[in-house]
Amino acid sequence: MPVVKAPVTEKKKVDVLIVGGGPAGLAAAVRLYDKGIRSILIAEREAQLGGILRQCIHDGFGLTRFGESLSGPEYAARFIDEVKQRNIPYITMAAVTQITPEKEVTIVTRERLLIVEAGAVVLAMGCRERTRGALAIPGERPAGVFTAGVAQAYINLYNRMPAREVIILGSGDIGMIMARRLTLEGAHVKAVFEVAPYPSGLPRNIQQCLNDYGIPLYLSHTVTQIHGEKRLEGVTVSEVDEHFTPIPGTEQYYECDTLILSVGLIPENELSLDAGVVLDPRTRGAVVDEHLMTGCDGIFAAGNVLHVHDLVDFVSMEAERLADAAARYLEGSLKGRGQLEIVCSDPVHHTVPQLFGAEEPFELSLRVKRPLENVTVYARQGETIVGKKKMRRALPAEMITLQVKPVSRMKLEVSAE
Amino acid sequence: MNTKFDVLIIGGGVVGSAIARELSRYRLKIGVLEKNPDVCLETSGRNTGVCHGGFAYDIGSLKARFCVEGNRMMGDLAKELDFPFERCGKVLVGNTPEEYDRLLEVIAQGEANGASGMRMVDEEELHRLVPGVVGKFAMFSENSGILDPFLMTIALAENAVHNGAAYFLEHEVTGIERSGEDYLVTTARGTFLTRWVINSAGLNCGAVSDMLGLKGYRIVYSKDDYIILDQRLGRDLPMPIYTVPSNTYMGIHVSLTTDGNVLLGPTAEDTDNNHWYGVEAKNLEYLEREAKTIWPHFTRGDYIRTYSGILPKWADEDGKIQDYKIEIRDDIAPRAVNLVGIESPGLTSAVPIARYVIGLMQEREKFEENERFDPIRRGIRRFADMSAQEQAQAIREDPDYGELVCRCQKVTRAELLQAVRSPLGVRTVTGVKYRTRAMMGRCQGGYCQMRITRMLEEELGIPVKEITYAREGSQLFFGKVRED
Repeated sequence: MPVVKAPVTEKKKVDVLIVGGGPAGLAAAVRLYDKGIRSILIAEREAQLGGILRQCIHDGFGLTRFGESLSGPEYAARFIDEVKQRNIPYITMAAVTQITPEKEVTIVTRERLLIVEAGAVVLAMGCRERTRGALAIPGERPAGVFTAGVAQAYINLYNRMPAREVIILGSGDIGMIMARRLTLEGAHVKAVFEVAPYPSGLPRNIQQCLNDYGIPLYLSHTVTQIHGEKRLEGVTVSEVDEHFTPIPGTEQYYECDTLILSVGLIPENELSLDAGVVLDPRTRGAVVDEHLMTGCDGIFAAGNVLHVHDLVDFVSMEAERLADAAARYLEGSLKGRGQLEIVCSDPVHHTVPQLFGAEEPFELSLRVKRPLENVTVYARQGETIVGKKKMRRALPAEMITLQVKPVSRMKLEVSAE
Repeated sequence: MNTKFDVLIIGGGVVGSAIARELSRYRLKIGVLEKNPDVCLETSGRNTGVCHGGFAYDIGSLKARFCVEGNRMMGDLAKELDFPFERCGKVLVGNTPEEYDRLLEVIAQGEANGASGMRMVDEEELHRLVPGVVGKFAMFSENSGILDPFLMTIALAENAVHNGAAYFLEHEVTGIERSGEDYLVTTARGTFLTRWVINSAGLNCGAVSDMLGLKGYRIVYSKDDYIILDQRLGRDLPMPIYTVPSNTYMGIHVSLTTDGNVLLGPTAEDTDNNHWYGVEAKNLEYLEREAKTIWPHFTRGDYIRTYSGILPKWADEDGKIQDYKIEIRDDIAPRAVNLVGIESPGLTSAVPIARYVIGLMQEREKFEENERFDPIRRGIRRFADMSAQEQAQAIREDPDYGELVCRCQKVTRAELLQAVRSPLGVRTVTGVKYRTRAMMGRCQGGYCQMRITRMLEEELGIPVKEITYAREGSQLFFGKVRED
């Protein structure tokens, strides 16, 4: 008979458990500490803090938050230093495998299985990339098809060169940054194809990563076939109509050994779903109120796990707002998620938050569905305008923020006119 | 190669591996020649992974006989060899009176074949069995099930190796010659001498038949495209849903894997090409449209991946698909067992086919029993399948169980290492994938593949450029960015 040993799981209680030590988790931790919360634990699955910033060695981070241009690791280091100065506890190589609605969090490490009972949980898991399989690109399954982030990790973190002759599908920011990076490392980027009639990444990246290197960008084009039994041999590219349907007769074959995909990011909410958090199908992140609380009491979300951001600066700032709310929640002055509706109409794609609870000012984030010029974004309650922002142009690639001051408990209607 | 084999098996698919495993019950020197870097890379791994009931095949056929026998033994086999199998049942749904009558015929055929556990269910019971299905009635087959075709094949192969058989990967057979009483088998990597030779080459059964001098088999190929859907959907699908079969086509299925992914397929198109595994755009649309008529609970947002498989079928001059052909032609090729047209239900039938093959051999030569034969094989212990207490214990015993590498499938470094160090020896990324499920989830290795390729480099001690994805030549890297 086996001898039953003492329990091998370890239990622990904290005020706040932060899932993920990337930009959102780090900013939340620092602000929570500064709000007087001392019992914090950051669980990070990698060996170092910093999240995806570790592999983003290009610059341009921090212009909004710090007023200077930093590389990804430098930006992360600012927050990591703050965490270390405050002695905020964190564990690395620590994978969260489960979060219950009662805020019991299971963490797996090389030392033990740790069960943490948390007063509040901060979801800061970031996002993942859409894959070739999710797009269901027809054709064979050779080696040489990578998402932009995977190629970036191979080159910047793993010192492995995955490409020589490259086609990029999707004009997302990481795809364009990788076009430049691959070029600098000696690969030949033949072209970038974008299915939409407008670029999906930021204008500055089109200039600095494509135009400056003579890499052509073709709009309203997509890859319609992948060729190669072993390593990728080429792709067929077709023009698409306004419904993104390939137009027969426009097929062109491009020889290449690598296809890089930059076709969208998806908030990484597997743990949230298991906890019972309800997602917004438009953002694929949690439905939250103005305090960034999900439908599960005491579970908050910020950063790319909530909605995909274009700038990390906004991730940090959103996480800081989350921390303010979570601190209030722990004091007991915040209970349950707000129930008042925020609705939006075309051309506004979505808003975050999707709900609010009180007549207090808050910041609203939104994106538009297509490029617009000379547009004003309005937030109204009935006839009353409670938020307004005038813009010379609005792009789907750029998140728009709007200060809102609700004056009643009527639903909030957001439009762009 | 100086040593002489008693038996050389050409093809390391599920049938070749089942023959190797069943033959290892005897005191024989057994070799398996496989052209790919791993087992199960062709027909055996590219299908729906269903353990069939035996009702869909002509009365008196080998397909019917082996399928019924294989279905009956699958539970015990899965326990012995530790591969995932669930006897979850299956429904064939219909809507019209003609389909009802056809299903009654299917039941009658099944009963004549010796299958059991088939009955008609009305709409109410159908929806109790499979909530969300669209259909007025169904034939329910309670003995049908699902299995993991990769792990089944790997398990058979590993157990064969455990009992003394040798696998030669990347050894494509290019010629067979008679050498006195023996056969001289030439491969891409050397020549082998053997007394017995077995053609279980699957897609290449026709070419190997020709090499044996058994000419004239007409092999036609049927290509099946599939779509794999997210595991979350599998929670709402308790068993595979099939439509009413015709005599030649089983119809589109909405099935599920033992890991809970939903599968849409197959397309069943005739092709002359037995190695092009591309999935066509028109088929993706067809599968989406057809699958929605019986199970409309998915969107394109649920797509994880697509794949394709090819079945070799033996056809007569009129193109009519024939039964399995398993023969020894003493006049033309003595001590050569020729297997032709081994297609569906090949997974279900693999071990009965193997025993039949050995029966034919034993009519000609008595084999001595291997007293040391051990039927038990243990697979990789999956962290995701353990209770919290078991997980904690596993981490205490082996800290690698506490290092989660694939987040979405919850695969730990311990499992990955067990895969690389497993009896067949894994040299490819997909070798790790099929053994552990790492990289099979929603991010398709977006998070873990870098760690896995690095682990392969470290474990195998091979240069960066030699890390391959699946097949020979499927190189992942062109070198280092900077020399260390």
